[in-house]
Amino acid sequence: MTPASSSDNPFLRIEGITRRFDEVVAVNDIHLDIRRGEIFALLGSSGCGKTTLLRMLGGFETPTSGRILLEGQDITGLPPYERPINMMFQSYALFPHLTVFDNIAFGLKRDGLPKADIAARVEQMLDLVQLKPYAKRKPHQLSGGQQQRVALARSLAKRPKLLLLDEPLAALDKKLRERTQLELVNILRKVGVTCVMVTHDQEEAMTMADRIAVMRDGRFLQLGTPIEIYEHPQSRFIADFIGNVNLFDGKLVTDEPDHCEVQTAEGLFHIGHGISGTLGMELGVALRPEKMMLTEGHHSHPYNAFQATISGRSYMGSYTAYELQLPSQRRVRVTVSNADRHADPFAIGTAVTAHWAPNAPVVIVD
Amino acid sequence: MKKSAVLPLTWMILVYLFLYLPIVVLVVYSFNDSRMVTIWGGWTLKWYGAVVHDQEVISGLILSLKVALATATTSVLLGTLAAFALVRYRRFFGKGLLNFMINIPLVMPTVVIALALLMFFVTVQKALGFPQKGFFTIFIGHTVMAISYAAVVIQSRLKEMDRSIEEAAMDLGARPFQVFMLVTLPTISQALVSAWLLAFSLSLDEVVISAFLSGPGSTTLPVVIFSRARLGLSPTINVVGAITVYLVIIAVAVSSLLMARRERLRAKQAAQALRLDGEPPPSHEFGVGLLTAEGR
Amino acid sequence: MPDRNDLPAPPRPRKPRRWGRATVIGIPQIWLLAFLLAPFFILLKISVSETDALGIGFDPLVSYVNDVLQVHIRFSAYLALVRDSLYIVTYLSSLWYALLTTVLCLVIGYPFAYFIARAKPTVRPGLLMLVMLPFWTSFLIRIYAWKNLLDINGLINQALLWAGIIHHPLRMMFTEFSFMIGMVYGYIPFMILPLYATLVKLDHRLEEAAADLGATPLKTFWLVTVPLSRSGIVAGSLLVFIPAVGEYVIPELLAGPSTLNIGRVMWNEFFLNLDWQRASAVAIVMIVLILLPIAVFNRYQTRSLESAR
Repeated sequence: MTPASSSDNPFLRIEGITRRFDEVVAVNDIHLDIRRGEIFALLGSSGCGKTTLLRMLGGFETPTSGRILLEGQDITGLPPYERPINMMFQSYALFPHLTVFDNIAFGLKRDGLPKADIAARVEQMLDLVQLKPYAKRKPHQLSGGQQQRVALARSLAKRPKLLLLDEPLAALDKKLRERTQLELVNILRKVGVTCVMVTHDQEEAMTMADRIAVMRDGRFLQLGTPIEIYEHPQSRFIADFIGNVNLFDGKLVTDEPDHCEVQTAEGLFHIGHGISGTLGMELGVALRPEKMMLTEGHHSHPYNAFQATISGRSYMGSYTAYELQLPSQRRVRVTVSNADRHADPFAIGTAVTAHWAPNAPVVIVD
Repeated sequence: MKKSAVLPLTWMILVYLFLYLPIVVLVVYSFNDSRMVTIWGGWTLKWYGAVVHDQEVISGLILSLKVALATATTSVLLGTLAAFALVRYRRFFGKGLLNFMINIPLVMPTVVIALALLMFFVTVQKALGFPQKGFFTIFIGHTVMAISYAAVVIQSRLKEMDRSIEEAAMDLGARPFQVFMLVTLPTISQALVSAWLLAFSLSLDEVVISAFLSGPGSTTLPVVIFSRARLGLSPTINVVGAITVYLVIIAVAVSSLLMARRERLRAKQAAQALRLDGEPPPSHEFGVGLLTAEGR
Repeated sequence: MPDRNDLPAPPRPRKPRRWGRATVIGIPQIWLLAFLLAPFFILLKISVSETDALGIGFDPLVSYVNDVLQVHIRFSAYLALVRDSLYIVTYLSSLWYALLTTVLCLVIGYPFAYFIARAKPTVRPGLLMLVMLPFWTSFLIRIYAWKNLLDINGLINQALLWAGIIHHPLRMMFTEFSFMIGMVYGYIPFMILPLYATLVKLDHRLEEAAADLGATPLKTFWLVTVPLSRSGIVAGSLLVFIPAVGEYVIPELLAGPSTLNIGRVMWNEFFLNLDWQRASAVAIVMIVLILLPIAVFNRYQTRSLESAR
């Protein structure tokens, strides 16, 4: 990881940015510092304001209030053609009347670079995205994946200080998307450009980004690395939004520096760290499906276990997803990886005990 | 829901017959060797010959062509500006007025516009000494009409075009004027051609405004034809009509061939893309070229 | 290789943008104000002007003579219109013919547009082109061509006589019949195109759903298709009705002298009677009559302009 710049001089600083459309506040007082070379993801469902925020970075929308500082300089008032920022559009927005070469060269020509330099840079970009033989083609003669690569090459051609990606992989089908995610990250790292990307696909954000901001209603709900967000969600919404989760409500009954206990309707959770809360306070506990282990039969444990019956089962190839029904009629999801080819999955109706380690559950105060 | 195809087919055929009957009649009668225009007397080309020597018709044609050329070009230029302002600029002082003025000539009876323009030119002439009734006045009158039609065609294309390529151009460093010249114009070029042709043919065919605004020695072809038509039937008119039909058919045939060729080329290139990568190109509607105002 | 992405000096002033916009808006605006709007005001002025002493040109409306501000507005042109019942009848008759034309165009054109919209997508452009093709040849000459057909010795009479359907040629020229044929012929493309544009965007599945729920084809047509194509009907009707009120060429070529038409009246007032004031007054009153439909049309156009945002 590149060393973080001092907090007084971040690479990109978004300072109190708000965007209002008449009554609606699309982006609500966002503060964010982004480090040089970082790939940062804005994650959220449609309408959360992530695209508006991205467009404000690009200069296509003007903030109602707040500032954007790039390397210390205020770029808030600059139009898109004066910012050292380039964007890769969701629809690729390739110029249909120009060849691949001319598409990539477009931005360079606007800068008035000499022809030889332009040609050299375009060749470089074509190499980067492996589209050299297609230089003379027009966009309509390319496949979706190829068009995406041209869009990428075009947005990197001017060596922008900041690259904006608007749902870069949304237009691709699933197989292609997975392949492209890693390719794209490789290219971005190779070039070393700082990126802000917008996506509604949490897997995409987790795969590609160094840090993620989960957005809702124009605000950041949580900011952190993929691991932080997945393993330490700060709210029920986030826990549920990212991946799958089982959520329980309970009361804090024990709180020590090295452990705490939460009593829920389904059982007692013993967690391996303290939380400095008030005894009796209401809390949520999040437990991911892959964190539980299943053993056949009902065994009693003082904490961190359920006794349940298998009520549903989906065989997914690399893992099996079970639905467990607890005595309280509550259903819980557990996934078990199919490491052993010959092990039989549990049949529906089997009595099982699910148990987990003390560091598996996450306490949520929200 | 299977409907019998008889009703649709019959109706359409009848309407098409209705539309084309006069045209067929024109062409057939232009060869009619008879003094009585409607009584058939055999095939002849003498009326075509007569037209070529008809001074009034020829000079009318030349003037009409000059006016049409000027009208089409000016109205496309102005119409593009107006269309751009109306579609791209969300709010500006006088937007409602501009919109209103663009819409008026589409529906206002031509005689009213023609009279108003004539009064206007007479007043201006009294005050400033020019312009004389003639080429300039007819040109202005036609342009006033044609701007609206051009603007409507271009507006429609501007509205439906993908704006993200304009944003992409700005993002890559192009200033608004460059965006327009390098990206927007090429994208709407078909609509511009459409609008030009529409304005050209409107001007060529315009009779009322030309009648009011023409001066001595400056009669356009439609005015010549109209004067003769009012007096009765005339074989010359049949010939002129037939010639326009031939020209349109040739133009349509040529442009259809060109478009068919372009489509075949595209299909070939798309198949190429498929072969080389195993991935199909993203589906898009091949531009279905219509000879309608909106389509082209 | 130099990288041109260093930040520029503090942001340049926004002036260049404003100037560009002002030019784009200004040029067509000024042109139309001068050559479209101003003429109408002059028309209004002349309709209330007094012919000057020389008999050519007009007295100014406002004059300052002997320390007295005088305003000369002559209403005689308008009064003549009101006093002479012929004018009133002509206006009404023009409105009536325009309405008739609109209805006929709708009745003939709607099913036609519907059938084209329902045709296979591959044949549709061809069908539309066949509709537009006549439009590209001269309108004037095509109207004139009907004279060939409808004349007492014209083609239709000859055909009917030859077929033995009639024994004496029908008098079809210079009648209301020939007039209406000409009007429908001339205006039907203006009805078909907007109708087609709306019908082609209609979701087939709505009609299928109606059929699935038990509606007969006719009922489906009346209760589903027609209401949904309302905007096309409105547009087409306005595009036909409004100009048809003041149509001049078609009645002049195809209608008889007894067919009262305000477009012809205006032309005659100007060219035959050389009465500029009265011609202007006739025009102004015509504008007032169609002002409401024009306003409706304008609102419709504005809404369709905004809708695509």
